[in-house]
Amino acid sequence: MTGRLHRLTSTTRASVDFFFDGQPMQGLQGDTILMAVLSQTGALRQAEFGPEQRAGFCLMGACQDCWVWQEEGQRLRACSTEIRAGMRLRSTAGDGWLT
Amino acid sequence: MTRVLIVGAGPAGIRAAETCVKAGLHPVVVDEAKQAGGQIYRRPSIETNYGAKGRYGSEAAKAVALHRCFDQMVAKGQLTHLPHSSVTSIGQNNAQILTDDGIQCLRFERLILATGAGDRLLPIPGWQSAGVFSLGAMQIALKTQEAALGRRLVLAGTGPLLTLVAAQLIKAGADVLAVLDTAPMRQQLKGAWAMAMARPIVTLRGGYLRSVIGRRYHAGVNTLSIKTNKRGPTHLHWHDHKGQQHQTPCDAVGLGWHLMADTQLADLVGAQFEWSPEWSQWLPTIDKVGRIGKGVYLAGDGTRILGADAAECAGHIAASACLADMSLSPELNKRVLRRYARMRRFASGLATAFQLPQDLMKQLPGDTVVCRCEGVTVNDITKAAQRVGIEINRVKSQCRVGMGRCQGRYCQFAASQVLAGIGQTAPREVGRLRAQPPIRPVPISAVLNSECVKEQP
Ligand code: FES
Repeated sequence: MTGRLHRLTSTTRASVDFFFDGQPMQGLQGDTILMAVLSQTGALRQAEFGPEQRAGFCLMGACQDCWVWQEEGQRLRACSTEIRAGMRLRSTAGDGWLT
Repeated sequence: MTRVLIVGAGPAGIRAAETCVKAGLHPVVVDEAKQAGGQIYRRPSIETNYGAKGRYGSEAAKAVALHRCFDQMVAKGQLTHLPHSSVTSIGQNNAQILTDDGIQCLRFERLILATGAGDRLLPIPGWQSAGVFSLGAMQIALKTQEAALGRRLVLAGTGPLLTLVAAQLIKAGADVLAVLDTAPMRQQLKGAWAMAMARPIVTLRGGYLRSVIGRRYHAGVNTLSIKTNKRGPTHLHWHDHKGQQHQTPCDAVGLGWHLMADTQLADLVGAQFEWSPEWSQWLPTIDKVGRIGKGVYLAGDGTRILGADAAECAGHIAASACLADMSLSPELNKRVLRRYARMRRFASGLATAFQLPQDLMKQLPGDTVVCRCEGVTVNDITKAAQRVGIEINRVKSQCRVGMGRCQGRYCQFAASQVLAGIGQTAPREVGRLRAQPPIRPVPISAVLNSECVKEQP
């Protein structure tokens, strides 16, 4: 599946490798997690209350549509967290994420 | 104890901080972004191709001046900046702040809230799908990441942001297929007169932006609905002002009906609210300089949607009032007051020009999702209202509209319109959704690890 994001400038930013649901992916330095993931695929996660997928909505930390999780358990807002090399992200909460 | 706590580092918060610093105070400034600037003058995390000129256009000089003003105060240690942090709860003299290192509690004497505004959304069928974003989101992606959130975009709604974002995207090379404004042209011209009288140059600039959009722009559209497949939008269906139906292919949709003041913290500290027919929303009651009493001051778009220039004025004015109340001599600049009055007249014109479509909500099919967080539909709200009446807080307890993660930010407006329709009354009769702390989701671990939360009785 191709990415949703359309980059409008050619960029000299370095690329950043990370994993999303086990798949290796690449974003650019300075990308938010949301940008990095959507540059490769169409959505961040499945909606819990409907059949549709979600890809963020406000991009300013207000709607909470963009939740993703680190494999270690921590929940992040993809629109307000910068991508870092080696991050292992997932679109669903792991077991015991409340801790 | 902190003498002055400022929440928000947009134009209002930065000017408020500057005013306090000039009087010799050391304010604490909490802001959700990594770098100060607010939504309008938001900065990318690393410098990109555009530079300030490309990013902020005609407003670049103002943006740079504000950024510099704030960065210098930080560098000189004149204030304490808590970036990437949210005030999640606030009481009379105590704030709970969620930072990257967990929850901090901060005691303060006086409080200046400069929380700004966010997109005001109306639901349309299909808007819950991936690939539908707020107009603000479209602008953030462009400004900070130089990206469009799709390859074929349609933008819809009303307000100055619709025209601005559309023109910015087109200039940046994005493929914008249609810009659909629900405000009829007749209405817009009525408001434009007041706008042009107050701020002719800004009004002309708006006209220029429209010319960039050209024939993609349509005024007075209605019955919008988004057709989707599994991946996201495929078409936007709409009727033009003559009633003719159109289908525009797209893979991303941006929506927004002007802005809504972010008033949750003001609510928690006890502000009174009045329904504003002009702005079609509940707004906190303030005096001329932004006081709500008990050492709390409001400034910027969180009080009235007057825009960035007015927010700079309001930040200065509110902080000056705060200093005067502390018996510290403020230098209130008279010119700022006059400028502020002019901005208010301009914004009134805007409010008239881009009034909300009265019939859009009435046409909504019953299965339209109103609450994006939890999939609450028009039918769910109708059924709840049949049981408990149309008061919005009671309806919330019945069908969870306004109870999801966004805390009603993006559905409360629509829900009150739906409820007003059911009761055949005005939205003000439906009441106002009360804010509940924490106003941002807080991870349990942040609470468990926080010393100050444990200490609280
Ligand atoms: S997209 Fe709204 S909080 Fe991230």
